[in-house]
Formats: sequence, structure tokens, C-alpha cells
Amino acid sequence: MLSITDLHVSPEGPEEASILKGVSLEVKRGEVHALMGPNGSGKSTLAKAVAGHPDYHVTKGQIDYEVDGKKVGLLDWEPDERARAGIFLGLQYPVEIPGVSNENFLRTAFNEVCKAQGLEEMDPYDFDQYLREKLDLLEMDGSFLKRSLNEGFSGGEKKKNEILQMAVLAPRLAFLDETDSGLDIDALKIVAKGINSLRAQHNAIVLVTHYQRLLNYITPDFVHVISDGLIVKTGDSSLALELESKGYDWVVRA
Amino acid sequence: MSFKSKVKEKYKYGFVTDIEMEEFPKGLDERIVGLISEKRKEPTWLLDWRLKAYETWKKMDEPRWAALDIGSIDYGEISFYARPKSKKPKYKSMDEVDPELLATFDRLGIPLLERKRLAGVAVDAVFDSISLGTTHQEELDKFGIIFCSMAEAIEMPPELVRKYLGTVVPRRDNYFAALNSAVFTDGSFCYIPKGVRCPLDLSTYFRINAAETGQFERTLLIADEGSFVNYLEGCTAPQRDENQLHAAVVELVALKDATINYSTVQNWYAGDEKGKGGIYNFVTKRGHCLGENSSISWTQVEAGSAITWKYPSCHLVGENSRGSFYSVALTNNRMQADTGTKMIHVGKGTKSTIISKGISAEESVNSYRGLVKVMPGAHGAKNYTQCDSMLIGDRCRANTFPSIEVGNKTAKVEHEASTTKIGEDQIFYCRSRGMDMEKTVGLMINGFCQEVFKKLPLEFSEEAVKLLEMKLEHSVG
Repeated sequence: MLSITDLHVSPEGPEEASILKGVSLEVKRGEVHALMGPNGSGKSTLAKAVAGHPDYHVTKGQIDYEVDGKKVGLLDWEPDERARAGIFLGLQYPVEIPGVSNENFLRTAFNEVCKAQGLEEMDPYDFDQYLREKLDLLEMDGSFLKRSLNEGFSGGEKKKNEILQMAVLAPRLAFLDETDSGLDIDALKIVAKGINSLRAQHNAIVLVTHYQRLLNYITPDFVHVISDGLIVKTGDSSLALELESKGYDWVVRA
Repeated sequence: MSFKSKVKEKYKYGFVTDIEMEEFPKGLDERIVGLISEKRKEPTWLLDWRLKAYETWKKMDEPRWAALDIGSIDYGEISFYARPKSKKPKYKSMDEVDPELLATFDRLGIPLLERKRLAGVAVDAVFDSISLGTTHQEELDKFGIIFCSMAEAIEMPPELVRKYLGTVVPRRDNYFAALNSAVFTDGSFCYIPKGVRCPLDLSTYFRINAAETGQFERTLLIADEGSFVNYLEGCTAPQRDENQLHAAVVELVALKDATINYSTVQNWYAGDEKGKGGIYNFVTKRGHCLGENSSISWTQVEAGSAITWKYPSCHLVGENSRGSFYSVALTNNRMQADTGTKMIHVGKGTKSTIISKGISAEESVNSYRGLVKVMPGAHGAKNYTQCDSMLIGDRCRANTFPSIEVGNKTAKVEHEASTTKIGEDQIFYCRSRGMDMEKTVGLMINGFCQEVFKKLPLEFSEEAVKLLEMKLEHSVG
């Protein structure tokens, strides 16, 4: 459903040095991929480029996405168009929006996606019911919904909230950027349980992570190691364990 | 992400009603003041009052202390009285109002005829210098509530207008109040009797239509002991290349245990993107909380006018009386707003709350100016002020000019202020969840202003959100 070919990305236009220097990646329906690598290797950049973050300029290569049986090039799509087509990015640092309640944010986003995909919008009552189920999944209580979006949330709460958004929006393709960072062990388990329950034959998940520990709970089909803007190694879940014991150096040097 | 400079704001109220008008010759002198009074068949005391105001005005200078760049106003080029020519000198009921005028109000979303009119809201419809009529009067009459145009009220016993006119905003209060006192035409008058909770929301809709005129309405609201009223006002004007002057005065009086909630959605024509045209809005609004436990609340959404100069204020005289000011001021293009409030604490245990939200975009200037003054006798007075500014783009300006004067040691005064930019991170976050730019801005504006919006009556608050979204369309992106 996603094929990335020879992707080059630089932060502020072509004159800047590229962060991604020719990444190719194929993600199919029903798969879970883990994208690992040392700090600054370009993991997050890849996730943001797929979501269409305006600060990341694609200078070469392409991102193709299959939507409703058709293959489309994503590069000309605005971030909101991508999201409405089922692409989700769980942020490493979720943004605070004072005054906008979590519930209102979720409902607005949900209805925008529904509208675009030809589904019926939900009224606040039905949405509330729908939302309760998702909250239970992540062991979050209802008070979360009334609070301003991410404002004053702890690191763990913010990350849970990202997964809640994912659960609500039910994306076809989700990139989760370091969702595990800043989580204590209990929160990690809950978040992993949430992600596992969202794993399905019709969607795909890409976990961007620095550490193996999230992968103790979510077994990926593929593990890719990205280093200095290139995917340098791909393997199955055992690769993650190997990285855990040996560190990144051996792959990076190879 | 870059902020585009393209602004093509649609102002859907910019139309002109084609109707024959009766207008006074341009310019202002004693004769014009006399003619206005004569036209309105006023008693001598009022003519004298106007003439004194005119004398005062002549000796005053335009205020120049605000953070506003005001083009010169030529008072000799303004007609101070304009009314639609009609077969009837005075409309006995709405059915007699000319169809063009009824159609105008329909188009503004304020249907006036009985079969079409809004339920739950009584409306006084003011067109240029005159009131066309007031709806629901019979219903209000059952409660002893008087709600009518100022012209009607002046004739009415027991001379409440004479008793209260100018007691809250004196003639010499400021340049524009003096001007208004000399030439004021219709605004609304309202009296809520003792112990009555007004069963309807009362509202006045102001429409400027004629060119090269000004609107100088005056409104007076009196809430007797233990009464309660919600009052709303709205206003629009045609889109023209020339500036037009609107200099209004609003006076509120709340007696013991009375509550007045006064809301405004101001959407005068604001000029084009180059700053050509638009209304100069110079308004004096003030309320006296005279009785103990009385309460006056000003809520305003200021989204129009080339220039807004407006400080709805409260004099908290009665013990334990309360004043509040909830404001959203939005400026776009070359608009300028200098707005805020004065809370004067006179009585013991008086409380005031000020929540001001300024949003500026493009090359506009948006200033909050406020005074919190605690007089020596105001033991235990409390004020809380919060001023938040939101900047959109990097060419606009936001200023905050708070003054605090505390003359009593037991008073507690708090002031908080913040400035935020709509962050690109926030925009991306919303967009990555499927919201387009318009939804994103709407969501954030709504979030930023929600403390104020929730003070508005429900229909107004929805309208206010839409209005702000429309005003900012194309400024963010």
C-alpha cells in the first residue's frame, strides 16, 4: 500500500544537506514494520515526509500510496489530504492546543476523515459512545476528553492520547514516531496493547523507535535499520533483539 | 509553512438598499442640532441639553491618545440625519414599514414581520437615523417592560429618559460622547421593572445605509431592583470607499440586585485589504452598578470597522456589585482596534472580571487598553484581568496598555497577560489529523476565544465563531 522509492529529503530546501539520501521501502497491508536506528539517522524524517510535514522537502524520489485500489503519488498532496486518505502520524512530541478540548478535536478530525471517505458523520452523542470504547482500550478515563488538547498532559498521557487518536481515526497506514519514548513500563504495556488491538489485515503500521523494548510487546514483521539517511539492513523481529544486545555500530559499519 | 498575504474577505452585508432618503444638509451647527430636535418633536429641555452638548463639543479636541492612526474627519462633510422617505411620518406597526426596508432586514437575517420574526428575541430595528419599529412590544408590555426607540421613550411618562440621560455618560465625558449628545438619533430605550426577569432577550440591530452620513445612536437601559435582562446588539453597513463615522453612546443603570448582560457582535464594514473605506467606530459604553449586589456584564465580539475605539466600562458603586468585560477583538488587513474597559471600584466588596482576547492578522493593529481603579472606600474589592493576544503572520501588532490604580489596602487585583502565535506546529498537528486549513483555524480561534464565546447567547456564539472564521479566511495558510 506504500512504496517509497529513492527518497531524498532535506530540511529547508535543496541547498541544505539531505537527511534522507535515497530510502526505498515497501509496506503492504497487514504488515507491521519497525524502523530503527541511532539518533539523527533520519527515522523521524521519513515518518514526517510521508505525513507531508511542510518543513521536510522531498528533493528526489517518490512516495506512492494505494488508495481505493489506485496508486497515487503523495508528494503533491497536502498533509490534511493525506490524513483523510488514511495516513496517520503519531507524533514524537504531541503539540498542545489550549482551549480546544480533546473531545472536540477528536470529533472534528473524525468527521473530516469520515466525510472524505464517504462515511456518515457522527453526532456528539454517538461519537461519545464510540469514544468510550476507545478510551477503555487505552485504560484512559473520561476526564481526558474535557481537558484541552495535550495541555498539561504528562509525557505518558500525551503518547496515550496519540494512540487514542489513532484508534478513533482508524487509519489505513500509521507511522508512530517514538511512541515508546518517555513511557514507564505500565504505560508502555497499555500503549502496546492498544497498538496490537489496532493491528489488522486491512491496515499497516510502521513503528519508529530507538529501542527494542516496545518490540517486546509488538512483534514486527520487518525490522529496518536506518543509518545516515539510508536503510542499511532489513530483517525480521530477531534483528531487533540482535541490535539490543550488540548496539547499532556493527550494522552501521557493515 | 508560509503565511500567504492574499486576503479576499467576503463581506456579505456590504449591499446598499435603494430607497429614497431624506437627509439633512452636510455639516454641523446650532441650526442642525435644532432641526434634529424638531424632527424628533422633542421637548425644550432636550433641545437645551443638546445645545449645551454642542457648545461643549466645539471646545473639545479629538482624542489622540489611543494607539490609532486616524485620518482626519471632516465634520462639515457628514450629514447628521438621514431617514428613508416614507408616506407615513411614523410607522404604527411593522406592517406599515416599506417593503424595501423589510427586505433589507430579512437579508440581514433579522426578519421583522410577526409571522417571520425570531422567537425569543424582541428586536428594535434602526436604519440610519430612525427606528423602524420594535417587535414583541405587546408581549413585553404584560410584564411592564418598556422596550422602544429613544424617540418614543422621550415622550413617555414618567420621564425616565430625563431622569437618567447623561447620568452615566455625561455630555462632556469625551469628544465623541459630546458629539453624540448634540446630535443623537434613535437607539433603544429599555426599562425592566422591579423584580421582573425579562422573558425575552432584547436586541437592537443597527444598519447604516445612506452614504456620507454618520450614525449617532444612543441607548439607555435601566434595570430596576431585582430585575434581569439579556440585551444583544448587532450592526452592519454597506461596503464603501469612504470612511463613515459611527459615534454611539450606551448607558446602563442597574439598581439593587439587578443584572444586565449586554452583548455586542460588531461587524461594521472594515474597509478593503488596502485599508480603503470602512467605519470609524467611536463608541462610549458605560454602566453604573448603583445598587448593592447589582451586576453588569459586557460581552463583545468586535470583528468589523476600520477603526474601533471603544471601552465598555463599569462603575461599581453599590456594595458587592459586580462588573465584567468579556471581549474578542479581531483585526485583519489594515484594521485598527484600541479597545478595553474601565472598572471603577467604589463600593465595598465590589468585584470585576476582565477577559480580553485580541486576534490580529495581516497588517492590523490590535490594542487592549484598560483601567482598574480601586477607590479608597472599596474595601475588599477584587479584580481579575486576563489579556491574551494571538498573532497570525508577522506583520501585525498587538499591544496591551493596562493601568491599575489601587487606593485601598484590602483590595486584590490580579493581571495576567499572554501573547501567542498560531504555531506552525499546531497547524500541522491539526492538518495531520485530516482538518483543512479553514477547520484548523476555526478550531484554534474557537479554543482561544471560548471563555468569551460561552458568555454569549447560544445562537450568537455560533454566529460569532462563523464570523471570525470568515474574517480570517485566506489569512492563514
